[in-house]
Amino acid sequence: MTTALISATRAAEVDRRAQSPDRALTMRILKSAVPIFCTAAAARANSAGEPLSPTNIFAPASTPADTISGLSLLVLTITGAMFVIVLCLLLWAVVKFREKAGAGPGEPAQVYGSTQVELAWTVIPVLIVTILLLATARAIASIQNAIPPPGAVEVSVIGHQYWWEYHYKKSNVVTANELHVPVSSPVHPTPTFLSLFSADTDHSFWVPRLAGKTDLIPNHPNSMWIDPRETGVYLGQCSQYCGVQHAKMLLRVYVQTRDEFDRWLEQQSGPAAASDSTIEGRRTFESTACVNCHTIRGSTATGTFGPDLTHLMSRETIGAGAALNTPANLRRWIQDPSAFKPGCLMPAMGLSDSQLDAITAYMETLR
Amino acid sequence: MSAARATVAVVRSERAPLVDTLHEWVTTVDHKRLGILYIIYALLFLAFGGIEAIIIRIQLIRPHNTFVSPQVFNRMFTMHGTTMIFFAAMPLVFGFANYLVPLMIGARDTAFPRLNAFSFWLTAFGGLLLYFSFLGGNGLYGAGNAPDVGWFAYAPLTSRTFSPGHSTDFWILALLLSGIGSMGTAINIAATVLCMRCPGMTLGKMPLLAWLNFTMAGLVILSMSPLTAAQLMLLVDRYLGGHFFDVQAGGSAVLWMHFFWIFGHPEVYVLAIPAFAFASEIIPVFSRKPIFGYPVMVAATLAIGFISMSVWAHHMFTVGMTSAGNTFFVLSTMAIAVPTGIKIFNWLATIWGGKVQYRTPMLFCVAFLFQFLIAGLTGIMLAAAPFDWQLSGSYFVVAHFHYVIVGGILFTIFGAFYYWFPKMSGRMYNEALGKVHFWLFTAGFHLTFDFMHVPGVLGMPRRIYTYEPGRGWDIWNLVITIGVLFQAVATLVFLGNLLWSKLWGKVAGSDPWDGWTLEWSTASPPPAYNFPSLPEVRSRRPLWDLKHPEDPDWHYE
Repeated sequence: MTTALISATRAAEVDRRAQSPDRALTMRILKSAVPIFCTAAAARANSAGEPLSPTNIFAPASTPADTISGLSLLVLTITGAMFVIVLCLLLWAVVKFREKAGAGPGEPAQVYGSTQVELAWTVIPVLIVTILLLATARAIASIQNAIPPPGAVEVSVIGHQYWWEYHYKKSNVVTANELHVPVSSPVHPTPTFLSLFSADTDHSFWVPRLAGKTDLIPNHPNSMWIDPRETGVYLGQCSQYCGVQHAKMLLRVYVQTRDEFDRWLEQQSGPAAASDSTIEGRRTFESTACVNCHTIRGSTATGTFGPDLTHLMSRETIGAGAALNTPANLRRWIQDPSAFKPGCLMPAMGLSDSQLDAITAYMETLR
Repeated sequence: MSAARATVAVVRSERAPLVDTLHEWVTTVDHKRLGILYIIYALLFLAFGGIEAIIIRIQLIRPHNTFVSPQVFNRMFTMHGTTMIFFAAMPLVFGFANYLVPLMIGARDTAFPRLNAFSFWLTAFGGLLLYFSFLGGNGLYGAGNAPDVGWFAYAPLTSRTFSPGHSTDFWILALLLSGIGSMGTAINIAATVLCMRCPGMTLGKMPLLAWLNFTMAGLVILSMSPLTAAQLMLLVDRYLGGHFFDVQAGGSAVLWMHFFWIFGHPEVYVLAIPAFAFASEIIPVFSRKPIFGYPVMVAATLAIGFISMSVWAHHMFTVGMTSAGNTFFVLSTMAIAVPTGIKIFNWLATIWGGKVQYRTPMLFCVAFLFQFLIAGLTGIMLAAAPFDWQLSGSYFVVAHFHYVIVGGILFTIFGAFYYWFPKMSGRMYNEALGKVHFWLFTAGFHLTFDFMHVPGVLGMPRRIYTYEPGRGWDIWNLVITIGVLFQAVATLVFLGNLLWSKLWGKVAGSDPWDGWTLEWSTASPPPAYNFPSLPEVRSRRPLWDLKHPEDPDWHYE
């Protein structure tokens, strides 16, 4: 299903790109000009319809990412032009003025400087920098000073050592790692505003196709916003070093139609499914240390140190993206989380095989 | 006459038993010997940091690799960064400054020779303390471990909650010690430049290298102080119940960032300005022209030093500053591009119209110009705060600052090695091996750091010990790692060349490059007292005046 969503997103992206010849042209100009030719290669591969990466910053799908991408292309064009000019001068100088074999002895003309020339290469950079500063200031203001419209969805994001916790405001929904947000359109904008907190060390929320990153710092609340215009899954991950398992603190943002999103919210706000067939697993869960860290609404488990498991099976991954949420992976994770994520804070509980089977079966009912 | 005396000295030292020679080196207060000690020490740590880099790159060669554990990987990048900045780059810069500044301003030693020795040994023991953490990081209780908090050690990861044991303490103490050593050396360099210049050498007639190292010394004094203060505050937090960075008790994690980066950004220029100094000496000599626009070069250097004190928060665009705050740091950061650009143009104009000799030092300087240009331009990209919101903390940033530190700074340091090796050792290096080193290292550098920009643009964060396949990062990481191998081989060629040439190289004579500054007027290696009689200068190029009495520089300055 994930793959289907991703390819749908990619297809949409290709469509959009085909409709904007301007940008394609800019990209083509950049290709020849940009100092980091690879950046341009990335852009080219993208416009050719072969998506290079699901986390390419030059494939924006939301207003903040668009603004950044636009500014970036301007900066790349200007710096690219500067690069070409200076490179040509440098190549000319090092080739033309090399010591030639047949040339006689004696030193070249001794030139000590030239006020006019030096003034020129002071004033021109000042003008270029002024242009860049103004464009940048405008982009900063448009992203940072945006005000939430009435239809905005508000979510609190709490960074933990190696996983993400989400609280949806105006509802009791608490979930982990996989953020669901509604798609937004210019006619009916439903952006999502994120309040960012940390429970321990510094983290950073980065989903490149939706927005730039913003850090989650303890005792220093931050905020950011996204308004994705296409449905699909957007990937990202923690980008501020936060400890041993910083690498496996992955992010998934599911962008859904407004109806799907409302249904998802409704479903998530209910208590955990109860089933008599897995009563043994539930008892085992409730009588071990699991409850110290995890919450399952409707049970005695009310821990808040680890992810809320009330609707665990509605998530596609476990361990903040460390593994796909399949029964086999889930069992192995409960048995020994360090098999997927060495150094993560969930301990191996030393459960027997029958206890593992029972708990896994119970988890699988938490839809 | 001075050559005769130098020969006598050499003969005597050959006769001395090894233990006496070692004793002489350990107790020396001679600026040249301290300079060489700094340099040898730095090369040792360059090798350590290089080995750590190789381990990092092997781990990242493909997704889900298990060459090292995440814990070891995190120690490796922490130690790599800390080692390369504090115990490789800074000692290299200080070593050359120590060796060259007194010689180039016609002095017999630095202003405070004992402070000089004291500072070197503080730095030396700081480095040893850092590496002792591999053995003693956790005290007596278990296997040792090295610091794993990253080289900028953001709070609250460094609190005892998240960093139990003593690995972080070793990091703090090592930097505290070497920081005090750096300040001692900086005070010494500044005092030497101000007070020890030979007759006739006004500030306006100093070689650019002296001007630039003077600026560097000022920056070290200004920027090391906040770092040292921050290390003390962190120690107080960890052991005396302080709450500076203790977020649970109302402390501030952002405060650490400010303290660290108000050190950290000027630090870039502490390394870059001496690199500019090498380029400003090497490029004119091999272009056979004086530096273009000397007064402007000095002014641009001072401007860079001044502005560099006000740009630190561009490392913090993602921490949630106000839009006004962000815009200010965009302004100051972009402003620094102007004097830096002036420098590049002035070096270009120095080459322009010259008769350029492509010896190894000049090759490194030309590559430096090309690479520093790119590093500056990617710096402008990162200075545009919204662009930085995407690129910050990604491999693009890693590529950018390695472009600065390796492509800019290390390349000119290699150039400086080849340029002044004849002076320091009395022998010529092997030119062919020098060129092999240059081409191998340049190829490796570009394989590694050009392609490193790409995964950053494709969303790959730094400091991850592994990554998922299917993100489009695999091929780039493979190429990056291959490039590292080229660099490693090139560095071995370089070290081999130094050793071989020291032992069997051709005798260089006092002035192998037909140079213009005072160090070329004395024997190679210079005697302990540097100059038999103090020189007297009338222009910025005293040896040019000597060699061209019909058309001396002081007619024009």
